[in-house]
Amino acid sequence: MSGAIPKIQILSLYKLLLRESQKFPNYNFRAYALRRIRDAFKDNKNVSDVKIVKKEFEFGKENLNVIRRQAAIGNMYKTEKLVIENLR
Amino acid sequence: MFRLTKNVISVVCKSAIKQKTQLNGNGVVIFEQSNFFSDSANDKFSLKHEEVGRPLYFDAQATTPMDPRVLDVMLPYLVSYHGNPHSRTHAYGWESEAAVEKAREQVANLINAEPKEIIFTSGATESNNISVKGVGRFYAPRKKHVITTQIEHKCVLDSCRALEGEGFRITYLPVQQNGIINLKDLEDAITPETSLVSIMTVNNEIGVRQPIEAIGAICKSKKVFFHTDAAQAVGKVPLDVNTMNIDLMSISGHKVYGPKGVGALYIRRRPRVRVEPIQSGGGQERGMRSGTVPTPLVVGLGAACELAGREMAYDHLWMEKLSKRFLEKINSKLTHVIRNGDAEQTYPGCVNLSFAFVEGESLLMALKDVALSSGSACTSASLEPSYVLRAIGTDEDLAHSSIRFGLGRFTTIEEVDYTAEKTIRHVERLREMSPLWEMVQEGIDIKTIQWSQH
Repeated sequence: MSGAIPKIQILSLYKLLLRESQKFPNYNFRAYALRRIRDAFKDNKNVSDVKIVKKEFEFGKENLNVIRRQAAIGNMYKTEKLVIENLR
Repeated sequence: MFRLTKNVISVVCKSAIKQKTQLNGNGVVIFEQSNFFSDSANDKFSLKHEEVGRPLYFDAQATTPMDPRVLDVMLPYLVSYHGNPHSRTHAYGWESEAAVEKAREQVANLINAEPKEIIFTSGATESNNISVKGVGRFYAPRKKHVITTQIEHKCVLDSCRALEGEGFRITYLPVQQNGIINLKDLEDAITPETSLVSIMTVNNEIGVRQPIEAIGAICKSKKVFFHTDAAQAVGKVPLDVNTMNIDLMSISGHKVYGPKGVGALYIRRRPRVRVEPIQSGGGQERGMRSGTVPTPLVVGLGAACELAGREMAYDHLWMEKLSKRFLEKINSKLTHVIRNGDAEQTYPGCVNLSFAFVEGESLLMALKDVALSSGSACTSASLEPSYVLRAIGTDEDLAHSSIRFGLGRFTTIEEVDYTAEKTIRHVERLREMSPLWEMVQEGIDIKTIQWSQH
């Protein structure tokens, strides 16, 4: 079908979202973003409706831009690391 | 210092001082450390060797960090679109107005209200003031009685105090041991004189959730307005102003991962609830709250509400998982830990624990790498035990040893584990120093002791 999004594109969006989320300097935001992205893709793994897949794909792309912008802002106003980050 | 368990051999072996040492030959010599002055004792009592870095945030009831997705929506209104939403003569005003109206819809959707029923305020404190004083004063010529509970937030109690000064009669409903009000008490307290019942949805200190639906039904049947302070509940538990028969509801921005300095008030239009405005001015927000609506903040509140609606189920599962894990860890290692407030009728993100035989402030000081509070932020400067804990009948000593652990959307499992381990370590350390704890270990019931000073 013409409207369907190739699997490889979805996979690359997933990887991109995770990679960009790693750039959050804030421990809590970073951990949340990674967890939320993984869970969202897991939850929608079996979605086959082309329309919903497309909608979720667009939603993911929008969020990718949010993450990029917010990680950049976060990096401008970094704080000291949390105790829990210094343990490792 | 050393106890020799087998053959006595003169202490010549230097390395034997610190560790158990085995010597081949005549026999086995084991030097055991005595507990006194040893490293293990130092480990137990020392406050040194604490890790460095910013503390972990465990005070989600005081305020929550702003979600990056919220900031992302707000930024254009801080950077580019600066118009006054009330300017009707130019595009700057129109674009701001459109943004404010969109936010109004987002807030309304979260609680199943009409956008017209939402007015924006500076926060839940202002919303509570408008509700309690506003409704009270408007209906004062005919009705001069307001009902609230003993565990409300300070701003509701203080507004009631102010009404009392104006000649109102206020009923402060007591709560049961679990923090929930008795519906029979409420029914009995309502008189034909009563204009308003104000009961909070989720308590900020002990996290208990009142039976809002049942309270709403009672108020509707008695034709009394029902206001609920839902600052701690909005976006965390499902709320529906229509099925729950809520007439007024206070909402806070910074408790739903939104910006500080903004809140909302839901005021029912059918049947109409009328309030006397507190602030005089340009008549914005249908005359109930004059003053220019802060577009960026309101946009942030709207975005936070929409986000909360979308993430509610996901966040709630996470809260349950974290609080269960935290409580299991604490309870597996510590005894004499009391959870304040009902364990079932509660919001899982607020865990208020009393550690018997430990002084709360000492524990807070020891847990300096975790940001915690013994109760609400408003009263955290005083050493007085919280009035909420007193209202649920907590003993004075236990009220002094309470700590509120506030979990949020951004709390991680690692943070929960770290906090639990630290708490266990310091509670054990402080109890080890306590003579009362020693007596309890020896089987003495503290309650039976006749203290001479009493």
